[in-house]
Amino acid sequence: MKTSTTKPAASRPSRASRSRGPSARELIFGDLWEFDPAPETADPHIRSSYGLFINGKFSPARKGGSFPSISPGNEKKLTYLALADATDVDAAYSAASKAYEKVWSKLPGNERGKFLYRIARLLQDRAREFAVAESLDGGKPIKESRDFDVPTAAAHFFYHAGWADKLDHLAPGRQVAPYGVVGQVIPWNFPLLMLAWKIAPALAAGNCIVIKPAETTSITALKLCEVFQEAGLPPGVVNVVTGAGETGAAVMSHPLASKVAFTGSTEVGKAIMRSLAGTGKKMTMELGGKAANIVFEDAPLGQAVEGIINGIFFNQGHVCCAGSRLLVQESIADDMLTRLKLRMQSLRVGDPLDKNTDIGAINSKEQLTRISELVKSGVAEGAELYQTPCRLPSKGFYFPPSIFSKVTQSHRIAREEIFGPVLSILTFRTPEEAIEKANNTAYGLSAGVWTDKGSRILKMASQLKAGVVWANTYNKFDPSSPFGGYKESGFGREGGRQGLLDYCKLL
Amino acid sequence: MTSRLPITKTPKCYVGGAFIRSESARTYAIREGEFVANIPQCTRKDVRNAVESAAKAGPGWQKRSGYNRGQILYRLGEMLEARKAELADAVSLGSNKTGNPTKEVEATLDRILYYAGWTDKYEQLLGSVNPVAAPFFNFTVTEPTGICGVIAPDDSPLLALLSLILPIITSGNVVVALASETRPYPAILLGEILATSDLPGGTVNLLTGFRKEILPTIATHEHIRGISAVANPDERKLLHTAAADSVKRVHTLPSESPHDWLTAQSLQAIANFIEFKTVWHPIGA
Amino acid sequence: MTARNRSLKRLVETHGAVDAVGIEERVAKFTTRSIKKTAKLWGLNRAVTMIDLTTLEGKDTPGKIASLCQKAIAPHDHSTIPSVAAVCVYPAMVRHAKRHVEGTGIRVASVATAFPSGQTALKTRLEEVRTAVQDGADEIDMVINRGAFLSGDFASVQDEIAQVLAACGASTLKVILETSELETYDNIRAASFLAMQVLRPNDFIKTSTGKTSSNATLANNQVMLEAIRDFYLETGTPISMKPAGGIRTAKQALHFLVAVKETLGDEWLNNTRYRFGASSLLNDLLRQLEKERTGAYQAPYTFSEADGAY
Repeated sequence: MKTSTTKPAASRPSRASRSRGPSARELIFGDLWEFDPAPETADPHIRSSYGLFINGKFSPARKGGSFPSISPGNEKKLTYLALADATDVDAAYSAASKAYEKVWSKLPGNERGKFLYRIARLLQDRAREFAVAESLDGGKPIKESRDFDVPTAAAHFFYHAGWADKLDHLAPGRQVAPYGVVGQVIPWNFPLLMLAWKIAPALAAGNCIVIKPAETTSITALKLCEVFQEAGLPPGVVNVVTGAGETGAAVMSHPLASKVAFTGSTEVGKAIMRSLAGTGKKMTMELGGKAANIVFEDAPLGQAVEGIINGIFFNQGHVCCAGSRLLVQESIADDMLTRLKLRMQSLRVGDPLDKNTDIGAINSKEQLTRISELVKSGVAEGAELYQTPCRLPSKGFYFPPSIFSKVTQSHRIAREEIFGPVLSILTFRTPEEAIEKANNTAYGLSAGVWTDKGSRILKMASQLKAGVVWANTYNKFDPSSPFGGYKESGFGREGGRQGLLDYCKLL
Repeated sequence: MTSRLPITKTPKCYVGGAFIRSESARTYAIREGEFVANIPQCTRKDVRNAVESAAKAGPGWQKRSGYNRGQILYRLGEMLEARKAELADAVSLGSNKTGNPTKEVEATLDRILYYAGWTDKYEQLLGSVNPVAAPFFNFTVTEPTGICGVIAPDDSPLLALLSLILPIITSGNVVVALASETRPYPAILLGEILATSDLPGGTVNLLTGFRKEILPTIATHEHIRGISAVANPDERKLLHTAAADSVKRVHTLPSESPHDWLTAQSLQAIANFIEFKTVWHPIGA
Repeated sequence: MTARNRSLKRLVETHGAVDAVGIEERVAKFTTRSIKKTAKLWGLNRAVTMIDLTTLEGKDTPGKIASLCQKAIAPHDHSTIPSVAAVCVYPAMVRHAKRHVEGTGIRVASVATAFPSGQTALKTRLEEVRTAVQDGADEIDMVINRGAFLSGDFASVQDEIAQVLAACGASTLKVILETSELETYDNIRAASFLAMQVLRPNDFIKTSTGKTSSNATLANNQVMLEAIRDFYLETGTPISMKPAGGIRTAKQALHFLVAVKETLGDEWLNNTRYRFGASSLLNDLLRQLEKERTGAYQAPYTFSEADGAY
């Protein structure tokens, strides 16, 4: 295991200098060719403090509350955020409502689309700055924010821009209309991307918005408000209020919200649904998952290994659709375990801003505690843990990539969402058994199938109770591809025609 | 104090990503009272060469993602917006002061954005998964037809030309277009704007010249698989007859009746130049 | 289909398929590794030592071979720059090359077996190998019988390799698969296993002749590295790897080395186990080394045997 720290190569224990030479069939992933630190140096332009973004301007919270935001990579303070209370949320909704009535609802669709195109292009212009800010704020490797989060967020705006004047194609035989004002709450795992997933379709459909980013990751949302200003987006069309659980509850329950959208844990999702029961508010929920990644013996194994690794370690496993359960056909289980362990040797854990880091920081101390607790339970319940030895940075929140083998359905680590870089490996013998095990969960967000046989892919896909099925790949996202869950992973879709329809009323 | 003598532009045609004179070296003059410019008088060999360029560009343009094509079309909008005033002047040439050049250019810009927004969406509306009564996954995807010919009318020389071209290239087709004979200047400028838009060379090829010389070649060239034309009754007869020899997909509008170019945009315009491919695959263990 | 072909086909199928999209995604990650400072110097120097400096032209003469060999021995002015692994020439030029590099540690590799097409009688091809070895070739780069492979006659493919191996004597054998003609990653993986089954430790499998329009890519290099890895873990026999053709820049070479580092690890990061079949790559490596030394970007004409005259 490699770490991207600034420690010089000589003082790190050399794998090659073990007393026993390599056995006949061992590969050495040592420090013969060590990568130097490769820190990303672009300036993220983070202000020392941010206000709430209401009616096109930044302003402090009415009662002046604020709270610090730290970088999980080194625990250093990044900025102060305003703490929105119920009166602030109320002001945001008034602004959204007025903007809808007076401006946004009167604009023809193609003009709305032009604002979204501008936002996409301006975000592309400042891509590098946003990527650095995102990695600093949330802990994900700069490689991921640069190559995935920021470009995909821009793509979402670009994609939805083109729908704004084509809404009459959404529902054959029906006209559609916006809800008016929508309330949205998003999580900390893909801060900018989740913002784009929520805002772009809502605006394309003609709605105005009040949105609350996660309290540990609000910086790129607020920076995007600068882009809204630069794009000339009419004041009040998008309003960003920062804060924690209470602020979120106020956003979800405000009377002016005709529809609300929530992405987060299943537990909180249920709480919101309870609180909104009987209010007539339209809801969409995108909640947790415990996806099964199913590998058959005829799968292209080298690529399956990549898919499994990517499925669980991408974004430190902070992914609702993470492939957190590997269901491997028993005949290749040992081979697969050996290959996974080998592949893990070249994963680099460390400073999110190092360009060679593959696995960055855990988003918060709370999350780190939760992951550690669940991993302990796995060991206590008798599963076999493997973690490659690696030196984790002394400051910041880090956890080594971990795989558990000999896991069964009843283990906590097979049932509960860990939301960290921890894979649970179970086995199966036949396709039917794989389906049973894959569906044996209250969740139903995503699943993976690896096999060389086309008809089997289609059969498995038709039987898996999951809103997204990846075949011979994993963690692929596109603005045109609808994403969302079955069962307790939520309802409603984001992306594509189906997702956009969720932001429209049928007339 | 003497006034400065401006450098006059030599109009050339945008073919294969480069700017060419006709291989015949002929030109014809356009005048607005006074002399304006000499326009290339293209020949059937120029058509042939343009089709070769389009054929080279075809596979690459088709392979690009809808998102990528959309970004390129959006960039075309960015480049055209910057030259709005110049284009309005070009549009007013030969208009006898009828019409509203600025309105035409603005409609053209909105038209570009309209189709830019379709590139990664039409598939969801035109394609389908089909519920056959047997254990097969059956899906229909669209594919672009290939090299398509465009014959533009004399009215709305910029808006009509792009309204015919855009829906065709949205889905990955490539185009050989004949601009208006009497009002070709907007096409000359359009070529320059296409060249700076990231559109790969050969995707759109713009020819100028005499309709009676060019139209028959476009009608009969067998590698041209589709034609979108605004034409008079005789021309339409010619187009459909010649098209029969190679089973071209031909869509024509009558030039003798007025066409409201300001509202001429639709999903159907894209659907006219795509092919449907239906695939079956068993669903089973 | 003969029984032997059936069993070889089953063997090949056991080793499984390759997902093209998946493997291309994997190798794209190698190109995002950031290699700076000491790591960059290490990589550039190591890459120089891995070069089989190549000339394979109809117009090669003893004079051309002489200057190639001199370049191989002393690539550039500073003595800190190492020499390359080998020179790679046509059979007729072997004795000329041997004269120049004998005693320097630089090996002489000869292409043989009717390179690049392989389309002559086996007898002739074997004779060519024996002559090259007699003339002093330390290494033989052979081409497999692609016609036999693509028509399913795996036994012939393997038998011919075994016979060429015998004709090599003590010389190292490199087996060129010609990836562009095999076309699919599945075929490249299959051909790799067919060859490795009859090779000795530290013999090579090689991507291409460099004589077709498509040669070594990160993806086909990766397919072969993974086949080598799987074969090593199965049997304990380490086979070496040589991508050839299409690697012209230092940047590319570093990406290929990252692939080796992350797939096979430290034991393959040397010229016993990995080579680059290249010609202009050497000067680009030297340009980058010089830039690291002086801080300034270099003009190509500063380096001997430069391509082009601008």
